[in-house]
Amino acid sequence: MMPVTLEHYLVVSVALFCLGALGVIVRRNLLVIYMSLELMLNAANLALVAFSRYHNNLNGQVMVFFIITVAAAEVAVGLALIVALYRKRQTAHVEDLTALKY
Amino acid sequence: MHSDSFQPQDLAWFILILPLLAAGVIGLVTRRDGGTSARISITAVVLSFVLSVVMFLLLQAPLATDPSLATSAGDWLALGELRVELGLLLDPMSVLMLLVVTGVGAAIHIYSFGYMKEDLHVGRYFGCLSLFMFSMLGIVLANNLVLLFIFWELVGVSSYLLIGFWYEREAAADAGKKAFLTNRLGDFGFILGIILVWATLGSVGFEELRARMANAPETWGPVAAVAGFLIFCGAMGKSAQFPLHVWLPDAMEGPTPVSALIHAATMVAAGVYMLCRVYFLFGDQSHWPAALGFLEGVRALDLVAWLGGITALLAALMAVQQNDIKRVLAYSTLSQLGYMVMAVGLKGPTAAMYHLTTHAFFKALLFLGAGSVIYACHHEQNIWHMGGLSRSMPTTCRTFVLATLALCGVPPLSGFFSKDAVLAVASEQSAFLFLLASAVAFLTAFYMARLVLVAFYGGRRSESAEHAHESPQVMTWPLVVLSVPTVLAGFWGLDNYYARSLAPSIEAHGGGWLSQMMEPFGHAPLAALAGLGATLFGYSLAYRLYAHAERDPLPEKLGGFARWLRDRFYFDELYSWLIRITHERLARIAAWADKTLVAGLAVRGLHGSTEILGRGLRLIQTGNLQTYAVLFVLGVVVLILLALK
Repeated sequence: MMPVTLEHYLVVSVALFCLGALGVIVRRNLLVIYMSLELMLNAANLALVAFSRYHNNLNGQVMVFFIITVAAAEVAVGLALIVALYRKRQTAHVEDLTALKY
Repeated sequence: MHSDSFQPQDLAWFILILPLLAAGVIGLVTRRDGGTSARISITAVVLSFVLSVVMFLLLQAPLATDPSLATSAGDWLALGELRVELGLLLDPMSVLMLLVVTGVGAAIHIYSFGYMKEDLHVGRYFGCLSLFMFSMLGIVLANNLVLLFIFWELVGVSSYLLIGFWYEREAAADAGKKAFLTNRLGDFGFILGIILVWATLGSVGFEELRARMANAPETWGPVAAVAGFLIFCGAMGKSAQFPLHVWLPDAMEGPTPVSALIHAATMVAAGVYMLCRVYFLFGDQSHWPAALGFLEGVRALDLVAWLGGITALLAALMAVQQNDIKRVLAYSTLSQLGYMVMAVGLKGPTAAMYHLTTHAFFKALLFLGAGSVIYACHHEQNIWHMGGLSRSMPTTCRTFVLATLALCGVPPLSGFFSKDAVLAVASEQSAFLFLLASAVAFLTAFYMARLVLVAFYGGRRSESAEHAHESPQVMTWPLVVLSVPTVLAGFWGLDNYYARSLAPSIEAHGGGWLSQMMEPFGHAPLAALAGLGATLFGYSLAYRLYAHAERDPLPEKLGGFARWLRDRFYFDELYSWLIRITHERLARIAAWADKTLVAGLAVRGLHGSTEILGRGLRLIQTGNLQTYAVLFVLGVVVLILLALK
């Protein structure tokens, strides 16, 4: 059986990141976009943990905890914004939210 | 000269500032109240005159030891090596000129009080008049070229304001513009000359320049002729010398007292005064730069003399066929200014200043007399509509005749001595110019006799001449006062006084009245006799032609030439043609360049390209979140690719 090396983790991380970015770009619903964003963050976390293990250095894991904390706070604020937006505009679709132009 | 105690020359500041104060007060406060404005202005100029007399007397002792005193209020401008002092120069020339300017000015201010009484804008009139007095006194007193130039331009402005005083009349407004623009043309040369003097000699102060010229004349070198001519250009504009003489006759559109003050006695004399002031700069250099090689061998002073002579002759010829009383006097002024300029060019600045002073008296008197006639005849200016005024206006007529005799150089009036001085200088320096000057003396006698005979004697030729009556006393008294120096100025030794500034080496001639009167016949008999003979010939010819004439007999006798004289040799037409073929074409090219290159390419091009770019870039900003996300991701990818490379 093949041992799991750093490259495997990184490939998974890149795949997750690209899926997340694709989700952000192509999905219409704000909530789904939001979940895709979380996916990108976790892809980064995975890469950090992998590097941390590879280098025997805990700094990467400390960074991951920070990211999880910030992401949690961000989710709280972001979801509140989405709820407020929905109440105001009766929609959570990005095509309908194009007031910020010109 | 930096001492705390009060010195007589410090009075000059008060003399200079008083008219400015008057102008300021009138302009800001009392402009709508004509009577008060007139009183303020008259008070200021009379005070200036009194102070000038006081200072003249107080300065006699100091000036006897030190030929030039100065009073300075410090530096006005110090830029690198250029240092412009705010200072006044008091030498015999400026002190005497102060008396002339304030004296004649005061008489004319008082006269104006009567002449302008019925005008609606008396306040504005006296404000401008005071401004003019200030500028003129500045020219007289300035101790360096830059300060002189500033006052020079101020005189131009106040002259413009006063010529166009009745700006509702199109002719007056046009005449003001013409005078200003013509003067600007000459002043351009003047400022170039000042710059050249400063660049070569490193100073603009008269005293410093004089010292440098005396110590190291060779620094002046080959630019001397060019600089001299450029400075003369300034005088050419202000003193209305050929070919810039065209503005002066038109300037007669202004009120008559203005013509007397500005366009006869003072401003037009400023050019001659300035030439005498910088006379020491004119050397014997006759080398010109290669571009002006055709002038090689001609001194700047020769050009001055010749242009002066040409002006004198042309103007005298034109005066012969003018029918407007003020225009005759205007051309006569031109002709006399030509005399003065010619005298400067013939190395006789003393004679020029002498003639300038006596001319200021009698020409101001002539103009005021003409004003009195115009006033009495209800603004009739054509001499052929006058006639017989000697009976109804005795004071005006007597003073006018007196001034005419002085102008023509009849002994023992002042004009005889000064004109003789000019003729004597000419006879020493150039036989041709002497003949020309004698011819001008003949013409002067002829046209002035024509004017007097037609306007004051013979039958009354019109309604207004029949109803004419003597002007009020406020107008006749200045005439009487001015006739005193007109008669006596020849005996005051003015030329000796000027010579102390201009030609210190010449010893003074003096003696009793009779010996003074006979003196011209002694030291230059040819000049004196020629001048006298020309005058007598002119008088007798004019008497034969005009004593009982009902209309002008000359056009029939001279035919086409008389028409040329009447139409002023078509100089105005020539100039408008020249402007049409040169200036207007240039203006068209400039307009094209302005419209297409500046407004089209530069301004509208910049505006248009910015707008198009803006419109293009605006399309990127869709407001769609996901477009931004795509761009963002693409940007990151590009950055990573660049970083990995």
